[in-house]
Amino acid sequence: MKTKILWLLVAVILPVFAMMANAHANPLDSFKGESGTIRIAGGTAHIPVMKEAARQIMAVNPAINITIAGGGSGVGIKQVGEELVDIGNSGRKPTDGEIARYDLKMFEWAIDGVGVVVNPRNPVRGLSKSRLQEIFAGKVVNWKALGGADKGINLYTRDEASGTREVFWQVALDQKEISSKANVVVSNGAIKSAVAGDPYGIGYVSVGHIDETVAPVAIDGIAPTLASVRERKYTISRGLFSNTRKEPKGLTKKFIDFLLTPEGQKIAADNGFIPVK
Amino acid sequence: MANRLEKITEWILTLSALVSAFITVLIFVFLLIFGLPLLQGGQWFDLLASPWSPREGLYGIRPMLLGTVYISLLGMAFAFPLSFGCAALISVFAPRSFGGFLRKVVQLMTGIPTVVYGFVGIFLLVPMVREILQGGSGMCLLTASLMLSILISPTLILFFVDGFDRAPRSHLDAVAALGGNEMQQFIFVILPNAWSNVLSGIVLAFGRVLGDTLIALMIAGNAVQVPGSVLESARTLTAHVALVIAADYDSPEFKSIFACGITLYLFSAMMVVLIRSIGAISGRKKR
Repeated sequence: MKTKILWLLVAVILPVFAMMANAHANPLDSFKGESGTIRIAGGTAHIPVMKEAARQIMAVNPAINITIAGGGSGVGIKQVGEELVDIGNSGRKPTDGEIARYDLKMFEWAIDGVGVVVNPRNPVRGLSKSRLQEIFAGKVVNWKALGGADKGINLYTRDEASGTREVFWQVALDQKEISSKANVVVSNGAIKSAVAGDPYGIGYVSVGHIDETVAPVAIDGIAPTLASVRERKYTISRGLFSNTRKEPKGLTKKFIDFLLTPEGQKIAADNGFIPVK
Repeated sequence: MANRLEKITEWILTLSALVSAFITVLIFVFLLIFGLPLLQGGQWFDLLASPWSPREGLYGIRPMLLGTVYISLLGMAFAFPLSFGCAALISVFAPRSFGGFLRKVVQLMTGIPTVVYGFVGIFLLVPMVREILQGGSGMCLLTASLMLSILISPTLILFFVDGFDRAPRSHLDAVAALGGNEMQQFIFVILPNAWSNVLSGIVLAFGRVLGDTLIALMIAGNAVQVPGSVLESARTLTAHVALVIAADYDSPEFKSIFACGITLYLFSAMMVVLIRSIGAISGRKKR
């Protein structure tokens, strides 16, 4: 009889312990019992990660509503500063002026490379940095000189408020000019689809966005890949930031904390970014 | 009671007319206030004339101004003959049932959002222009104005059709009685009667071309340059506003969008006045 009771106790208690252990292991549980809305806007490189994180959170707790908009890093910083959104993403560190004016708190959750891409039909797969600068300055205007077809080079660049553009211009172009003939598009995705559709196009996107529709171009012999960015061989990289106005509270804080948990970091890694933890 | 109801209705209508007029004025005042720092220093004229080159501290909007002018004029040039022919077909020359069908199609087209045209432009028209004309990326002045002409054609067609339908039956019968054919009816009776509708259509369509942002933003290429040919990338004032609005509030880039706003406002007001006065003058001549 006694042994039976003991076994019963064990049978009841063990699963409870197991569940408790589970509860500690799954960071999504912190969202249980919560409800409300998180509004996110800004950097377009961040969007795949935001979407996946939001999907996981909303699957555990349908009472939480997370909205995600793009707009670029400038929009993200501005909208979170004006309290139009709860989290403003940026693909660059906000400037000191912005931090002071809006009282921003920054959370860097991944590192991202910015890679030069061309159409897969274009045979050019490597450029020197100085050649790249000449191309974007509009001084080299034909692919023939670079080992490609005898066709004009179509440049694609981002708008002025883009964090991707900022990093590319600072590090890859050494702050040299970008030709005024360059086509300007408004997101990482738009550059990718423009270059994917244009056999003579060249542009730059977040390494996380590179897939088979575009071909990465090695700069000075180093291709923009996850490994080369992680090992710091490929230097055109930047941090991905989620910014809040003042210290984050409530759901917003939980969302940012989630990004920095192993699960959140895994989402970043799955989307082609380098986790910070 | 009925009298009272009429009074109230009249009052409500007057009020809504006043409000919408007031809002138009208010927008202009808003633009003026924000653009004032630029206007005061006479900087506005510099802005209109100088190129855009943030590296040299130049934030002129001349490339965008010319881009807007070229794209909208070219768009109108494509759309006008297309719409004119289509309207004539619907209202005069096609058999009644076919004309009715075409009219329904055109009415349907007015409801298509511009972003749909933009997508069609990116995936269909841009590669076509690139491959057929073999110049540049296909994101250019020509592509954008072709797409815009399709955007505004329904507006033009519906206005033209309304105008063509206004011709008095008795006059048409008179032409027929004199042995005139359909073409003669069209030229001598229908067209002179439709004049004011044609003008209204043009004013409205021109406003739409000037104000459209998305199509130019998606397929004109947005390069900050004065386009040297129709195959070159160009940026309109509206697309410029959309691209720069994300910039820092205190930056000179951001301030330049108020110059764009004022310029667009004055530009479209000028076009309306111009077209209306042409209409008034030629209307007087006929009488």
